[in-house]
Amino acid sequence: MEYHVSLPLSSEIAKKLQLNDVLYVTGKIFTARDSAHMKMRGMKPKDLPFDPSAMGLYHCGPLMKKQDGGWVVVSAGPTTSSRMEEFEDILLDRFGFHLIIGKGGMGERTGRSLKKTGSVYAAFPGGAGVLAAEKITHVSQVYWLEELGMPEAVWILEVTEFGPMVVAMDSSGRSLYRQS
Amino acid sequence: MDKKHLEDGILQLIRKAETEIPPDVIAALKQAYAIETGAAKVQLEAMLANVEKAKNKRCPMCQDTGILTFFANIGTDFPATGILKQVIEQAVARATVEIPLRPNTVDPMTSTNHGDNLGSYLPHILWDFEPGDEAHIMTLPKGSGSENMSALQMLSPSVGLEGVKKFVLDVVKKAGGRPCPPIVVGVGIGGSADLVMNLGKRALLRPIGTRHTEPSIALLEKDLLEIINKTGIGPMGLGGKVTALDVHVEVAHRHPASLPVGVVIQCWADRRASMVVHPNGSWEVK
Repeated sequence: MEYHVSLPLSSEIAKKLQLNDVLYVTGKIFTARDSAHMKMRGMKPKDLPFDPSAMGLYHCGPLMKKQDGGWVVVSAGPTTSSRMEEFEDILLDRFGFHLIIGKGGMGERTGRSLKKTGSVYAAFPGGAGVLAAEKITHVSQVYWLEELGMPEAVWILEVTEFGPMVVAMDSSGRSLYRQS
Repeated sequence: MDKKHLEDGILQLIRKAETEIPPDVIAALKQAYAIETGAAKVQLEAMLANVEKAKNKRCPMCQDTGILTFFANIGTDFPATGILKQVIEQAVARATVEIPLRPNTVDPMTSTNHGDNLGSYLPHILWDFEPGDEAHIMTLPKGSGSENMSALQMLSPSVGLEGVKKFVLDVVKKAGGRPCPPIVVGVGIGGSADLVMNLGKRALLRPIGTRHTEPSIALLEKDLLEIINKTGIGPMGLGGKVTALDVHVEVAHRHPASLPVGVVIQCWADRRASMVVHPNGSWEVK
């Protein structure tokens, strides 16, 4: 099946998505890699300057360019998700988002948490940075840029028909990956 | 030699590598697209579309513009050897702003990002000298997704070629979808721990579809490609027939008691470009 859905993704819709479904999303996503995950692990939702439950999480360290006083996205494909394995169940539990976008897959610990929280992991084609950038219509905000640097900062991005993604880990704990 | 002109040439070399992948890689991806189905085909279609878009917009095809490695083969009569290191560094700093590249060099002790892709030992330049008056420079920007999957094993010589194959296969299986397959696998055999990793990386400079000139090594490459593509890992690890586009092996003689094997994995965005600099300072990027 092919789905075109709005963000935030509810757990009701997440539960309908099956392995190998093709997914396109429209709405807001926030980027987070290793450093942002480490920071978020030590924070409560009320302490965060943004609301993850209103968005999807994107494992991405984008290449950005400053232009006319604002930021534009040059290239923004996914980063390797398995590096976030040790944090993701905590973030899924605590921050209430139901979509993870990444590449390469995640482990059993995240798989169990996807099941528990009614969430899915969708794979965006790795290395397809320009394709991804074209689907990002606006850079809303950036947090922790000074402290973490461009790749590790949290970027809040507005996306339209962001995809094609493949549902690679579903809300029943199944996974297309042989290992992670 | 005009420093600025040479710097422009290195900048063009980096731009070419970051925004256009070589025709042999595109041909191999198209071939993979033709034989895959389902989720694997969706991935390859997006990859090929992305290659086109990156070329047309002159944008880096992947946000991970990597760590830049330069392979410099310098003619012993080339007149500008003394300035080349500095020129390459300046070109990298300029490329970071002008192409742009993602600032990817961080201090290993403090994790501070310098913002210019320069730092201790980086960019990495591997020097080689040969008779002649030209300089041949290749660059291989490589992201961390694939580089993190690299592996070294000091095997016991008694395991022989079968042991070598088993190790390479284990590395590829363990990497799974993480290095953005379909991958290119560079394998070094022999030498020492440092030399064998260098050989693995150098093996990636060879175009896809080319075999080693030594028939026994060429056969090993074919065997490895076959067993890797039987794993079923497939494009982006979502399952499929094409896990690797090619396997290249380079060898060095070894100590009788050592059998070092180095595996360096390259992602599908197998970015590389080369240039020649003539003694009068003119250059061409290929």
